[in-house]
Amino acid sequence: MTSPLKLMALAAALSVSASTALAAGPCATGKTLHDGTLTIATGNPAYFPWVIDDAPESGKGFEAAVAYAVAGKMGFDADHVSWVRASFDESIQPGAKNFDVNMQQFSITADRDKVVDFSAPYYTSAMAVLTTKQIVEGGAKPTLDSLRKLKWGAQASTTAVPMLVGLVNPDSDPMLYNDNADVSAALQAGQIDAALFDLPTALFLAAVTVNDGVVLGQFPAERSTNPDQFGMLMEEGNPLKFCIDEAINALKQDGTLAKLEATWLAESTGVPVIK
Amino acid sequence: MSDSNKGPTRRQAHERKLKRRSMILAAISTSVVVAALVILIPLTPGWERVKQSFFNWDIVVRTFPKLLNAFLLDVAIFAWSVPLIAALGLAIALARDVRDPVFYPLRLFGILYTDIFRGVPVVLVVYLIGFGIPGLGLQRPFNSPYLWGTVALVLTYAAYVAEIFRSGIESIHASQRNAALSLGMSPSDTMRFVILPQAIRRVVPAQMNILIALQKDVALLSFIGPVEIFRQAGVFKSLLASFTPYVVAAAIFLVVTIPATRLADHMLAKQNRARS
Repeated sequence: MTSPLKLMALAAALSVSASTALAAGPCATGKTLHDGTLTIATGNPAYFPWVIDDAPESGKGFEAAVAYAVAGKMGFDADHVSWVRASFDESIQPGAKNFDVNMQQFSITADRDKVVDFSAPYYTSAMAVLTTKQIVEGGAKPTLDSLRKLKWGAQASTTAVPMLVGLVNPDSDPMLYNDNADVSAALQAGQIDAALFDLPTALFLAAVTVNDGVVLGQFPAERSTNPDQFGMLMEEGNPLKFCIDEAINALKQDGTLAKLEATWLAESTGVPVIK
Repeated sequence: MSDSNKGPTRRQAHERKLKRRSMILAAISTSVVVAALVILIPLTPGWERVKQSFFNWDIVVRTFPKLLNAFLLDVAIFAWSVPLIAALGLAIALARDVRDPVFYPLRLFGILYTDIFRGVPVVLVVYLIGFGIPGLGLQRPFNSPYLWGTVALVLTYAAYVAEIFRSGIESIHASQRNAALSLGMSPSDTMRFVILPQAIRRVVPAQMNILIALQKDVALLSFIGPVEIFRQAGVFKSLLASFTPYVVAAAIFLVVTIPATRLADHMLAKQNRARS
């Protein structure tokens, strides 16, 4: 009785050690910036709820957690993941990069894909309307007719800009800003009535950053003709892409991605759908 | 006597020869440098990537009309800022020139003003005023970023302009002021009819340089919302993952600033000739 159990335990131990021996497994070997380590870039600062407290090393926050899960699938344990900070501009500039992959809610688009490589999408985002209580009390409703009349803002370097034109087509030209903080400041100062963000960001800004912030409604991911899918960004032709895609698809299949979404991204069912 | 009628003197001929020689040398060295650049840069390993990223003709064609359109906003902001800057700058310069001890606070204000607004980066002033003052709870349209962005530009540039006006005012010799006063003109008339007309004319070339700088700094208003050319280029950069829109924007700026720079240089040279 004991020996089969022992054998099984031994086999299990062996298989574990075998899988760690294959760490940085056959796929990723020699393809990373630094041998045996996966270097991941995030924003400076990295925003909640994607990365909690601007500390991706903690693995807390949706993108930080996904990063460690992907790295794990590829055979890098947590000690062999290193973080750097890089802007979008640094990612698209020609020349050597200081990261293997860059992960900061980059939307996959055909135009961008010509210049850089994207992994398989790890998240599909609904777009949401962030506004304030005053505007809602002033009569703004989650209907296109009502939204069109608002003064809009968005972060300039995101796909929210063309989506704003595509989904809402506002009557007056939108104002554009450098980052979330500036959009919030403009909303707070009453210079804009509403801003378009991905839903998790909008929920966070409404709850924490903007006084009396309200998420008025959402455009479900299926609604936009070109859904906003987030992918990890890599240099064009990076051989790692295959390994990363494999890891992400595996995480999708075994339900890990959905679990991480449930853990880190706020419940979004309460947000009305825009008609 | 008869020599001069025949044509150039030997001296003139010699000088002409020297001039021709230096022009030939300049032409040769310039073409060697240009040829080296044109041949060598494309040989660098990263050139294809750089060309793709910064000089992509398809993207130029796609983005140019919208960028040009956005540039009109820069021109408009510039146009309404300039008279305000000139007026405020002159007022500050005059405040720094008051000699009556009773009005010393005015003078002190002028000194503090120029110190502060010349010392703080324009973009910070744009941020602080553009978001800060509307944040006090002003209602539309009085919280417009166009309004407060313009205020920030005017405050900053008026400080530079004031200093240049002041240097112009101080460059007018004290004897002129004394002469005017001794003729019975009041101090304000002296300033208005004797000092300022000369002072302003003298500093026009220097002020032209400030205008050129302002033309570029107008783009800083994009930080607080307005979608002018720099912001529009940034949007294209982000959507197309290419820096080409920035190159297009730079080219559009140059089309305006190069003639302005040449004009300023020309005016300065003319003034220097007139003085010497």
